[in-house]
Amino acid sequence: MRMTTAAASPKATLRPADRIFSGSTLLAGSLILVALAAVAIFLVAQSVPALTADPNELKGSPDSFWAYVGPLAFGSLWAAFLALVMALPLSYGIALFISHYAPRRLAQSLGYVVDLLAAVPSVVFGLWGIKVLAPAVTPLYGWLVENAGWFPLFSPPVSGTGRTILTVAIVLAVMIIPIITAVSREVFLQTPRLHEEAALALGATRWEMIRMAVIPFGRPGMISAAMLGLGRALGETMVVAMVLSPSPKLITIVLTGSQNPSTIAGNIALNFPEAHGIDVNGLIATGLILFAITLVINSVARVVINRRAAFSGAD
Amino acid sequence: MNITRSGGLVAIALVGALALASCAANEGGTGSDTPSDLSGTLAGAGASSQGSAQEAWVAAFQTANPGVTVDYDPSGSGAGREAFIAGGVAFAGTDSALKPEEIDGGFAGCVPDTGYIQVPAYISPIAVIFNVDGVEELNLDAATIAGIFKGDITTWDDPKIAALNEGTTLPSASITAVHRSDDSGTTKNFADYLSKVAPEVWDAEPADPFPYASGEAAQGTSGVVDAVTNGVNTIGYADASKAGDLGVAEIKVGDEFVAYSAEGAAAVVAESPAGDTAGDTDLSITLDRTTTDPSHYPLVLVSYIVTCVEFEDAEAAPLVKSYISYITSEEGQAEAAASAGAAPLSPEVSAQVATVLDTIVTG
Repeated sequence: MRMTTAAASPKATLRPADRIFSGSTLLAGSLILVALAAVAIFLVAQSVPALTADPNELKGSPDSFWAYVGPLAFGSLWAAFLALVMALPLSYGIALFISHYAPRRLAQSLGYVVDLLAAVPSVVFGLWGIKVLAPAVTPLYGWLVENAGWFPLFSPPVSGTGRTILTVAIVLAVMIIPIITAVSREVFLQTPRLHEEAALALGATRWEMIRMAVIPFGRPGMISAAMLGLGRALGETMVVAMVLSPSPKLITIVLTGSQNPSTIAGNIALNFPEAHGIDVNGLIATGLILFAITLVINSVARVVINRRAAFSGAD
Repeated sequence: MNITRSGGLVAIALVGALALASCAANEGGTGSDTPSDLSGTLAGAGASSQGSAQEAWVAAFQTANPGVTVDYDPSGSGAGREAFIAGGVAFAGTDSALKPEEIDGGFAGCVPDTGYIQVPAYISPIAVIFNVDGVEELNLDAATIAGIFKGDITTWDDPKIAALNEGTTLPSASITAVHRSDDSGTTKNFADYLSKVAPEVWDAEPADPFPYASGEAAQGTSGVVDAVTNGVNTIGYADASKAGDLGVAEIKVGDEFVAYSAEGAAAVVAESPAGDTAGDTDLSITLDRTTTDPSHYPLVLVSYIVTCVEFEDAEAAPLVKSYISYITSEEGQAEAAASAGAAPLSPEVSAQVATVLDTIVTG
């Protein structure tokens, strides 16, 4: 048999090792899909009772399931957006510093430190948020509300404990900086040497070289790095549950107040331990909504990346 | 060389064994003194307020009865009652007494028409904690507490607070009132006290979630204590044992201001009238929140144990009887006081509970 196959197509000789390896990669690849499908099926199946039930039976007796999940979805997106706004410039800056400015030895150790930050468990960040950050920012919030209270983001009254959505967003930003930095650093390092040298030869300064050669080349990678960070910020549970002072059913953009919109993940963490009956289904249904939101955001990012890839300047 | 090393190892092993043995001996002392021939697995579920007390009880009981495994799942009062009604667990812990319709529905784990047992097992006073610059002592009455947590009273120098605290200089700072962000029997009992004593202010039905969209929220008792400690001009409510070094408000009972005490909490439980469903085997009470006796501290949480008189599964009966007897006994209550900061049941209540538990049919 082997002889015949070899004769028919000389390049396709499959040794047992080849078969085993290709088989196991196929298995690994399909396992991911199976796991994702299993999660989706579980979420949908468990959500149906809550979606079809009388909304009065859900916790807090909302008008409809959507009135219940709406403020939570807003809170998730709002907190993640704030975190991203803070984390993106910082992460790209750190990544560029490591890849193009810092002396090699410093760059290496800085890289290690940033990666180390990614290994800190979120419960530790949560404790840091409550014990250190929140008390530290409380006077700052007081000053902001006093002097910039006319600005809608800082309208009074101010929180007395500093446990607001802005504090949560700062902690989330610290948590997603390592991911965004690590990915975009790798991408920046991939910039073809020739592009960089050509830019420098044309008389560009280092910043101009980065703007003309590095960033256009790395843009798809920068976007996917941001999406990875956004994904973590959207799904973060522990930090939100521990740090945030949530007020259910509230939609507000105020950053420094006592009442803040809760997030889907944080709300599940707070309410699941004591939930029973239909409330469990309600919480899982909010999880389904978060699943859908993440899916949509990632697909949009994928589309953006694919569109940009065509003229990224590679090769 | 080898001999010395192994000698060292033996010595270490010996010391370790001695240390462990002495530990075990100590723990044994807190359980039952009689040697036990009980064995089997006992499952309970319910109120998370009892959680840390149950952990201590389970540890002490299992040390005294090595053949027994007790599991208590702190899944919440409602879930615990449901699990018991469905026959899934042998006993339930609950912060609110069984509802009449739950009793009428019967219990799957009990022999039909033999009734049920409901006894108080865990009392925890709730403290109103505060952290206000320059204020060491604070007197509050229910209407003022309700106004603060509802958001009607917003500054510390509000005339309503000042009137109760003559001689104390209160800052003109705004109040940050911290409540629980998760569902909690502590919130329900706090709300129940306020709605009974100051119904004109606290107009929400007492329930596990905090009813009003005011003030701040924090996760769990420790979260509230943390927020009050680290914040400025804050006030909150928490199980009294967790109040730590924070200022604790004295609440108005009758004409006096009363600080929380284990005795005050036990006294109000002992002297409260029987509940709507109370009977021979049901010692549920309607807490006398509006008491005017200053030896009472009415801001208190009472958690019950619910179980069967006669079990379908006859093997469970001796286990349940001996476990519940232990936790409601003097030593069990002392254990809960030491490890969870509970207020022990008064001796009279303890004796009543023992009488009720004697009705469990064990064979």
